[in-house]
Amino acid sequence: MGSDGKKREGKTDQPSLEFSDPPPPFSLLIAMAMAIKLSLILLFFSSSLIPTFSLFEDQVGLMDWHQRYIGKVKHAVFHTQKAGWKRVVVSTEENVIASLDLRRGEIFWRHVLGANDVVDKIDIALGKYVITLSSEGSILRAWNLPDGQMVWESFLSGSMSSKALLTVPANLKVDLDSPIFVYSGACIHAISSIDGEYLWKKDFASEGSVDVHQLILPGGSDVVHAVGVTDSSQFDTYEIHVKNGGLLKHTSASFPGGIYGEILPISGDRFVVLDASRSVLVLITIENGQIHLEQTHISDLIHGSSGNTVILPSKLSGIFSLRTDNGIVFIKVTGEGKLNVMERVDKTVVISDALPHSEGEQAFALVQHGDGKIELSVRLVHDMSSNHLKETVKMDHERGFVHKIFINNYVRTDRSHGFRALIVMEDHSLLLLQQGEIVWTRDDGLASVIDVATSELPVEKIGVSVAKVEHSLFEWLKGHILKLKGTLMLATPDEVAAIQKIRLQSSEKSKMTRDHNGFRRLLILLTRAGKLYALHTGDGRIVWSTLLQSLRTTSQQCAGLKLHQWQVPHHHALDNNPSVLVVGRCGLSLSSPSALSIVDAYTGKELQNMGPVQHSTVQVISLPFRDSSEQQLHLLIDADKRAHLYPTTPEAANIFQRESENVYWYSVESEAGILRGYGVKKSHSSDTPPSEYCFETRNLWSVVFPSESEKIIATVTRKPNEVVHTQAKMIADEDVMYKYISKNMLFVATVSPKASGPIGSATPDESVLVVYLVDTVTGRILHRMTHLGSQGPVHAVLSENWVVYHYFNLRAHRYEMSVLEIYDQSRAENKDVLKLIVGKHNLTTPVSSYSRPEVTTKSQSYFFTHSVKAISVTSTAKGITSKHLLIGTIGDQVLALDKRFVDPRRSLNPTQAEKEEGLLPLTDALPIIPQSYVTHSFKVEGLRGIETVPAKLESTSLVFAYGVDLFYTRIAPSRTYDSLTEDFNYALLLLTILALVVAIFVTWVLSERKDLQDKWR
Amino acid sequence: MLLLLFAFLISSNSAFQSDELLADDEEFGLEGGRSPDIDLAVPSSPQIASRSYSSPQPTRKRSTDSESDSRVQFVLEHAFGDSSEFSAAGTFTARLKASAHGGQTLTKLRFSRNDLTATEKEKFKKVLETDDYYRIRLPSDVLNAPGRDYVISSLKARCLAKDGLDEHIHIHMEGVNILAVNYGSSGACQYPRQLKLPAKWSFSSHTVLKYSDLAPRTPIFSEDIGSNEIGDDEGIKPMVERSFWAKYWMYLVPLGLIVMNAVTQGMNMPEEQAGGQAGGQTQQAVGAVPRGQGAAVRRR
Repeated sequence: MGSDGKKREGKTDQPSLEFSDPPPPFSLLIAMAMAIKLSLILLFFSSSLIPTFSLFEDQVGLMDWHQRYIGKVKHAVFHTQKAGWKRVVVSTEENVIASLDLRRGEIFWRHVLGANDVVDKIDIALGKYVITLSSEGSILRAWNLPDGQMVWESFLSGSMSSKALLTVPANLKVDLDSPIFVYSGACIHAISSIDGEYLWKKDFASEGSVDVHQLILPGGSDVVHAVGVTDSSQFDTYEIHVKNGGLLKHTSASFPGGIYGEILPISGDRFVVLDASRSVLVLITIENGQIHLEQTHISDLIHGSSGNTVILPSKLSGIFSLRTDNGIVFIKVTGEGKLNVMERVDKTVVISDALPHSEGEQAFALVQHGDGKIELSVRLVHDMSSNHLKETVKMDHERGFVHKIFINNYVRTDRSHGFRALIVMEDHSLLLLQQGEIVWTRDDGLASVIDVATSELPVEKIGVSVAKVEHSLFEWLKGHILKLKGTLMLATPDEVAAIQKIRLQSSEKSKMTRDHNGFRRLLILLTRAGKLYALHTGDGRIVWSTLLQSLRTTSQQCAGLKLHQWQVPHHHALDNNPSVLVVGRCGLSLSSPSALSIVDAYTGKELQNMGPVQHSTVQVISLPFRDSSEQQLHLLIDADKRAHLYPTTPEAANIFQRESENVYWYSVESEAGILRGYGVKKSHSSDTPPSEYCFETRNLWSVVFPSESEKIIATVTRKPNEVVHTQAKMIADEDVMYKYISKNMLFVATVSPKASGPIGSATPDESVLVVYLVDTVTGRILHRMTHLGSQGPVHAVLSENWVVYHYFNLRAHRYEMSVLEIYDQSRAENKDVLKLIVGKHNLTTPVSSYSRPEVTTKSQSYFFTHSVKAISVTSTAKGITSKHLLIGTIGDQVLALDKRFVDPRRSLNPTQAEKEEGLLPLTDALPIIPQSYVTHSFKVEGLRGIETVPAKLESTSLVFAYGVDLFYTRIAPSRTYDSLTEDFNYALLLLTILALVVAIFVTWVLSERKDLQDKWR
Repeated sequence: MLLLLFAFLISSNSAFQSDELLADDEEFGLEGGRSPDIDLAVPSSPQIASRSYSSPQPTRKRSTDSESDSRVQFVLEHAFGDSSEFSAAGTFTARLKASAHGGQTLTKLRFSRNDLTATEKEKFKKVLETDDYYRIRLPSDVLNAPGRDYVISSLKARCLAKDGLDEHIHIHMEGVNILAVNYGSSGACQYPRQLKLPAKWSFSSHTVLKYSDLAPRTPIFSEDIGSNEIGDDEGIKPMVERSFWAKYWMYLVPLGLIVMNAVTQGMNMPEEQAGGQAGGQTQQAVGAVPRGQGAAVRRR
């Protein structure tokens, strides 16, 4: 309230669906408790609410934030020739191409290509186009450099898959077309860089199975050189005419030793490559159309080097670098074709490509990692002995090692040459170094969030200084006076701006303490780089970040997998900080050893680092048991179906032994199409398990889907922390239905194997979608339903007693959303009030999965316009508030859809009673109301997941959507019926009450006087 | 052949005890009575139930050789407690029927349970004492057993032991493949399970074949109905009015109160003037304008 005279965000003339919210119980209670007059006011108040929960324009950023990232940089091309904007164009592992401001690191423009449109190469052509080659070299695009508009796009078809190479001539003036040369699909394509027109194509598939490694354009000639290998035993060079693609010359030389890795060009006619045994360097020289091969044993060059030799791909003219087990060696190729070892450096050194510097000189950069700092040195290629430039930069430990470096030069104010370096760190962050300082950093690791957990903030310490209170009181008053002015439309434009500022930076929301409403939290994010970030929900700032040491064992490639709450102090361990458990895996296969670490949620310190542990981890189960220090018990299931208990304390083992009889879990074998349920084996069998915290398991049930007709494509369970307020559901005619609420319900969707491909690959008759509700304790199939002519991808959400899933209907050529609600019939008899009074009801009997369930289901399907990337549902503290589905649309936005739209009980002409219940008339499609986009004008590029967390305030749910971007907001599906909005004008309310009191007194005095006068008359 | 079948069905029906569920009975009869041609038109009936009582003689196999090719048998196996050794516990027999899509389905399932041997009884007792599982399994493919894998189901043995051993076997079928088998007892079975030995060591089995339900079709309306449903003309107008209220309620409510006060004052004044009485209290007079006048009249 009080935000008058503001435009509605995303205002359209489209009529929104009109329905009134069912009165939430809270407001009902209040209304009953209050005087009639007040309740009348309340009624007015609540009836004046607008059902859609859109924002006003000036409320953007009040409780939401949006952060834009790009991901780990793969390639970078600087564009600094002309004056004006200095920028760098990068492509990343998240398939993003972006243009960044070199001064501040901000994004000028950015494009997120699809998940399977991997960027292979980028370059700049004609000084104004960014050229990208993606999808294994099959798509070539040009983007306008200043604003990122796409200029043209060409699809390149090849005969077979091969590596993708892109060569943009620097200053080739063959004709007006200025062609770009692309090698992909075993063909060389020449494409005009002006309009993307196809000039010519040279197919190498007809030349035998040659695999081209390098595409070189010697300056000044109109010949393209292609250097490749046939069957890894013969070198081939081709000379191709630039204008028409005609083959001018083909030379080859056989090399029986075979090759390893890539051919690296040294100069225009020299190449170097390793042989298959990785112990011999082969120098290839092309002279007068002849290929000369020269072999040199590495052990002759470098004494005491062993295997694992790799030629580093850095292109340094006349020099190449070789990495062995002992370090990196620079080797110079002399004019006579001799190899001279120039220098050895440490193994962790990272080398950039050579950069043309001045007067034919070339420079390159090396980065060396020291303790808490990095050393950047720039050297000239022809003079390796001394550093041209050496800078030491302090570096945060939590960023890890340097992974990549790109350098660029500029002219200093004193006309000398300076260098700046863009470095990519181990945690995927991007830094610009210049003049020995970090100019800017981007935490682009946050573009690859794997898992999300939340943590409460510490409780506020009591004891605040008086001065602070006075100050804040004064501020508070000032703020409210300003707001009052704003409401009464007395504020000047300056003051309006001040009000806006106060709203946006209300210090309340970014405090590091727990708040009454539970809005302030820490979002703990695990990223693909193995770094853990804690973000404050108030303003999205990074509170701490930790590069997990347990995932950094150098021998194997470890990656984080899952994040679990480890310790949530509630009652008797309040002085402990909460902590989270990170489970990772070292290696690629499922049976590789796992890495565990426990991290303090307040400080980010790694409390316990269980490096690579002996067993593997396939599944992590949070048990609903805690030990005396409030540590949650976890079961880690390994690849051999053994269960490992954590924490490994005798107390935990005791607790688990007591409850082990009632512990069940299941596994989904998607490939085999089998669901299996397990329990813990009671007696220790003859082959004793390795430790007392390891338990043998046994198969209790299995469901085998016939492989010729069904393939598992989606499984969904309920959120373990979901709260359901009531099992009963009041329906029309004062009838009651009992929801079948089981924590052990699993939703499984299968399609016929033919239909598991993309949409359009199967005919409607071939594709069948079958959905199941399975009890995971007994393996009982509670419900099974077939959708004929439908196929995946299926996205589903399971909550309370319902599941909503999204799929494609091939017959209707549209996406559909179906709802399936499951009700317990065994409790349906408890309607009789008399029985309830006498006690003849079974409401208090415990529910067991082993009892035979009597369930009924209700189902309905609706058309839905969008394809969907993720579905989630709001969750609130007590589960009273009605629910909204949160749908991540294909446009990377989050749409909130009232659950009442996907109600299976909607009918064409609802009766009066049903209307009162809030049942909507049946429609065939679900409405998309523009105002109900939670993300309003933002896009969460590359949306992957939506996480909801209940706030302490019952009406409110915190929503965090992540992809390449991050977005956080909080939503109230039934409006904030239990609190006044944050910008509620208390001052005005006080003023009104005061005025009323004064008015009462005045009228009282007046009437007294009148009475007196009357009496005297 | 049909007649034969029918006759057989009737005979088998008559062999059953009378407590058979009527609904099941009807379906069963219908299945049997249907001609194959009609069956072809119906893809699959949702539920085919059959029931048989324990210990029918294993020798009681079909004597009609003419249809033996379309008949299948598969074995129910069971295991006690932790042991993974399954042993035969009973035999299912059913008839294959061609379905509309060229596949085959099973009909007329019947089940014959073997009697528990003495060692099995001992094992069962032990399982009951330790509150352990009684596990059963079926082949996942009826025609070439065991198919890819066995479908397994298990139950705490104490849930099974009531007066007799009351078992419910729900077999979920997809063509000739067994998807899953759900094994349970009748009634509730809550966690602190009491040890109770069954009075008689014979199973009373209830078996049900289950097929998939078809999803309800999406309702398709013509476009105009849909848009009418959503966009009635009350869509925009009340919103404007409401936003007016939303904006100015804090002014309007006190204004209303003041006006109300003033009105009551005004109402009181003529009354007091006429009656000459004090006591024009606000609350009394709010809703009592006509009564007040009446009173004034009476006083006169």
